[in-house]
Amino acid sequence: MPEVTYLEAIREGLMEEMERDPNVLCLGEDIGAYGGAFKVTEGLLARFGADRVIDTPVSETGFVGAAAGAAHMGLRPVCEMQFIDFVSCAYSILTNYVATARYRTFLPCPMVVRGPSGGYVRGGPFHSQNPEAAFLHTPGLKLVCPATATDAKGLLKAAIRDDDPVLFFEHKYLYRRIRESMPAGDHVVPIGKARVAREGTDLSIITYAATVWKALEAADILDREDGLSVEVLDLRSLLPLDDDAIVASVKKTNRALVVHEDTATGGVGGEIIARINQLAFEWLDAPVRRVAAHDVPLPYAPALEDFVLPQTADIVRAARWLAEY
Amino acid sequence: MAATVSPATLSADLSRNQLLELYYYMRLTRVLEERLVALYRQTKVIGGLFRSLGQEAESVGSAYALDRARGDILSPLIRNLGSMLVQGARPLEILRQYMAKGDSMSRGREANIHVGDLARGFIGQISHLGDMVPVMAGVTLSFKLRKQPRVGLVYVGDGATSTGAFHEGLNFAAVQRCPLVVIVENNGYAYSTPTAVQTAAARLADKAAGYGIPGVSADGNDVVAVYQVTREAVDRARRGGGVTLIEVVTYRRKGHAEHDDQSYVPAGEIERWAEKNDPLDRFTARLTDGTGVPAAELEAIDDRVRGEIDHATDLAEQSPAPEPADALVGVYASPPTVPMQWYREQRDA
Repeated sequence: MPEVTYLEAIREGLMEEMERDPNVLCLGEDIGAYGGAFKVTEGLLARFGADRVIDTPVSETGFVGAAAGAAHMGLRPVCEMQFIDFVSCAYSILTNYVATARYRTFLPCPMVVRGPSGGYVRGGPFHSQNPEAAFLHTPGLKLVCPATATDAKGLLKAAIRDDDPVLFFEHKYLYRRIRESMPAGDHVVPIGKARVAREGTDLSIITYAATVWKALEAADILDREDGLSVEVLDLRSLLPLDDDAIVASVKKTNRALVVHEDTATGGVGGEIIARINQLAFEWLDAPVRRVAAHDVPLPYAPALEDFVLPQTADIVRAARWLAEY
Repeated sequence: MAATVSPATLSADLSRNQLLELYYYMRLTRVLEERLVALYRQTKVIGGLFRSLGQEAESVGSAYALDRARGDILSPLIRNLGSMLVQGARPLEILRQYMAKGDSMSRGREANIHVGDLARGFIGQISHLGDMVPVMAGVTLSFKLRKQPRVGLVYVGDGATSTGAFHEGLNFAAVQRCPLVVIVENNGYAYSTPTAVQTAAARLADKAAGYGIPGVSADGNDVVAVYQVTREAVDRARRGGGVTLIEVVTYRRKGHAEHDDQSYVPAGEIERWAEKNDPLDRFTARLTDGTGVPAAELEAIDDRVRGEIDHATDLAEQSPAPEPADALVGVYASPPTVPMQWYREQRDA
């Protein structure tokens, strides 16, 4: 199998699902003839036509709302946010309408909102955001954050087949930086099951998306320089959160470090730490720590961005503190 | 330029039976809401109560222009109870819903008439005004993509025309030529804010020009006029002619909800509309004087309506409250039940 990038894996997932199910259609800005700002949807218009690859006006509320209506009627829309930063424009309709439709009025709302998230790309304050925490406390949504190309494809296919609305956070730093060969056949990764990205016995790093790779780098360094055996847990989805996997890892290593790229205050890490506290407190040999971005809008200049976002060295430092505690 | 439809030019293709059906739905709406007021005062209605007194014609007349047999779908607002009744909602369901019963359409999850039933062709609104315009754009987009001869209709108030969702949804539907009819109910007030403070547009129908779609204004208290203008828009949509915006000019004779004392309304305004422009009075006169329907025939309909609502009230009062644990069911298709929150003690454990 030839290797494909994370971005190409997403495109493969989209194409396969559109081939498989005529109810799947894509909506978004510049996704048709142009193929999307990052070219994720390149080739889709030629293959599936303008009825299934719909270029929309610049109106996230408009086409996310339209996707909900179409989903009620049995279609399975996939909306692209040109940058995931713009999902905030659709925040109201996503949290108030899309997330509640099934509960309030028993209307099915199978739809995916996907788009490039994250920093480390010099994108500045509005092309680098990680808005997942803003949706974490919205019952009715599912949040998926793939870290690998294989997962990006398999989780996207699962998201499109899911009968609930899914926000799918693609990490743009990973789009063209990682390549993997895809598993043969119909590769679907179930939503809600975390992945042990590296086995270890001394310390658990619990993370998701691009910082999985930073955690793996840190684990290498800690192994080489400190002789520490670090486990890395890739959460894959935040809603639902795989409590069983988190607890299993913590019970095994007795030390937990939560890492995410989003800012610290009110971030996903706080929820994970609260759950560890509730479910595995007596198994801990040290307080749970977290590494996250500083609580500032993400700045543009490389020197500033690198300082604000969590780096491998930050993870190594926190892990050493935990190991020595 | 938006056109105005004058009732004098109408040649409604409605049979005598259809006219009487329109009368029935308007009367049913009014008497059902009056019954809800009585239950509200007995504290049997949970939360707010929203009236459409004086607006029954536009809800009933517009919904009646849809074709239920073809699977047309509408999305009502809180003041469009009449449109839901036309689509097949029954008084018992409405009463249970307002009384937050366990066997209500929403099983006690949703307030008032924020409920939907795809089989009967209505999708309930949410409180975030304007949001149903993009949602119904998507419903009707599905009709277009599947080449189904179906039409959607969405109601918005004068206030909601100020929202971004209204703009984004209408623009999307217009550019996609969705088979959608947008009814803008200009009833004079958004809560306490008069339309002149809401918008600088002389007529809300004029907003259509900005979307490249037809905009028409109609007398919202003339049920036949509303039917006719909506029917034309529905037929155009079904032919592939895209979106029409219809402003129905009416008047909200009660407050935003039952608690609202309407102190902001100029003296005499409500009384003037009630005396001179009540849609049921006007239609009654038209039926008896113009069409020669005996008054006794209308009174028989009134009796039938009261009987239905009395019976429904008796049943609704016997309905149980929801089971508390049902609150955890159905947030997701999968898992079907939210686990009892593990960070909260089980109350009876």
